[in-house]
Amino acid sequence: MTMMSIMKNDRPGLWLLAALLLASVMVPLLNLVVPQDSVFHLSTYTVTLLGKYLTYALLALAADLVWGYLGILSLGHGAFFALGGYAMGMYLMRQIGERGVYGDPVLPDFMVFLNWHELPWFWHGFDQFWFTALMIILVPGALAYVFGYLAFRSRVTGVYLSIITQAMTYALMLAFFRNEMGFGGNNGLTDFKDILGFDLRADSTRIGLFLASSIALAIAYVVSRYIVSSRLGLACVAIRDAESRSRFIGYRVENIKLWVFVFSAVIAGVAGALYVPQVGIINPGEFSPLNSIELIIWVAIGGRNTLYGAILGALLVNYAKTYFTAALPEIWLYALGALFVLVTLYLPRGIIGLRNLRGAKA
Amino acid sequence: MKSIQAIREFSRRDQVFDFLVQAQPPSLDLSHNIILYLEGLNKSFDGFKAINDLNLYIETGELRCIIGPNGAGKSTMMDMITGKTQPDSGQAWFGQKLNLLKMDEPEIAEAGIGRKFQKPTVFENLSVVQNLELAMAQDKRVWPLLTARLSGEQSALIDEVLEIIGLQELARGSAGKLSHGQKQWLEIGMLLMQKPALLLVDEPVAGMTHQEMERTAELLTSLAGKHSVIVVEHDMDFVRSIANKVTVLHQGSVLAEGTMTEVQNDPRVIEVYLGE
Repeated sequence: MTMMSIMKNDRPGLWLLAALLLASVMVPLLNLVVPQDSVFHLSTYTVTLLGKYLTYALLALAADLVWGYLGILSLGHGAFFALGGYAMGMYLMRQIGERGVYGDPVLPDFMVFLNWHELPWFWHGFDQFWFTALMIILVPGALAYVFGYLAFRSRVTGVYLSIITQAMTYALMLAFFRNEMGFGGNNGLTDFKDILGFDLRADSTRIGLFLASSIALAIAYVVSRYIVSSRLGLACVAIRDAESRSRFIGYRVENIKLWVFVFSAVIAGVAGALYVPQVGIINPGEFSPLNSIELIIWVAIGGRNTLYGAILGALLVNYAKTYFTAALPEIWLYALGALFVLVTLYLPRGIIGLRNLRGAKA
Repeated sequence: MKSIQAIREFSRRDQVFDFLVQAQPPSLDLSHNIILYLEGLNKSFDGFKAINDLNLYIETGELRCIIGPNGAGKSTMMDMITGKTQPDSGQAWFGQKLNLLKMDEPEIAEAGIGRKFQKPTVFENLSVVQNLELAMAQDKRVWPLLTARLSGEQSALIDEVLEIIGLQELARGSAGKLSHGQKQWLEIGMLLMQKPALLLVDEPVAGMTHQEMERTAELLTSLAGKHSVIVVEHDMDFVRSIANKVTVLHQGSVLAEGTMTEVQNDPRVIEVYLGE
């Protein structure tokens, strides 16, 4: 099958792409062209919020690819997201230059504060965007490769795998909390000024980041759809449902798992890199196991094993989160927990499953 | 003089260096008309001898039934042939040149040994055709899988197998919706897609209706000749209907071998198995 014919058969996917296209046209128009006092004006705050949701959707897509299609319930995907975010954060820190509080031309503020006199070796190169872009892909990819190689080769599956992914992200969180690691410790990286020479506080930059997130989501969706529609995708489902059987047919289960896992980690890394300039901060909290679990809840609520369901789930839950944490802050965590329980009990296939349920009855 | 000799040897122009020669895995060699050699196999689990000095030879194109009471070591034997279990000692050769004990599961599958499990495990969330497509002998590395397209030859093979197993009408439907017997046939079809030289079939008629059983017997006998088939089965009527040669396993070793009539009249066999 070619790309075209795959997308033609994927109606919800086409809706998704159309919605992204519409958003990419309307959001800049409503923000930049419509005057501020009009009811139709979209505030820059909202644009940034939407951009942030899109990066979450991208992360959810990555998680669904490994959970929905390969049965790897990763409770550590937030780690790849955070690593991509840190890579971007390091670039943004280097862009600050002399405008920092201490005015050091090379060292970021937190290093001056810690009395360091030269840049640690791993901070070199991050003043270049191309190098950063490469690292955004390579660092999460390499971690996923090493982790996956060891885990899948030793045939760790199911809950055990989930637990060690959780341990991985927790260990990284503890490591990044330490000042000696050289990533800003507790406070993380913040106070960013500009990206690629554009002022991060300018409306047009915010729009640019929103568009970049939207494009990244569209591309990642199409590529992921291509993967799951290919024979490799069939093999993934086969491995998910009957791993040892696939082995007897002659599939190298660990290799297939490994490469799809690495690809997923790279998507998560890109999502993190797009997230950081929009929210303006990255700190070790992003590694927190809770984030990774919440991510799984988005996918479960939206409906796994569909790709678009994960995106829908991420958008809906995060919208609800923004709304409720402002309106009823003490309720939110309970609501999220209850939602997860209810979805697991009554909607095992998520919100997307509702549609199929109706379709089956009709 | 010696060093000159060495240099000459080193710089010979009629051959390349050893490390440049691609390692070619030995192919299946059936020149002696025996496809499977199991010699002196032993395996114990926590002191229990599951396999005890087992010797078994399967001829090319043969249909061999293996019977034996529970715990006779039938499944362990299958596990050892397919690389799932390593024996404690002994030898297992596939043809003249392939040492099964040095290969892992995917390698053995690739070399041409297909296994059908007792409990049918088809990929329930995929369609019948997709099941066959996955099982097909093909380049199973990640990148080739990603870019694979179904060639005309391959879809012809799928159609052929669909006809053999009689599931043409259900081809596009989900494999999870098939009946128990149909799942068993689909599994045999999946085996055939791998174009195996040797088929290991574990209890193919367990839980089947009489009609399904007859159909399965036809299917298996039609496969013998083109493939070598080993059938492990409990159902004596079924074994009688397909087998010309039967091996009886008992306590991990071969107790008797011969035609069904010979075996049935063997006093030792009657004692341990048929006499019950």
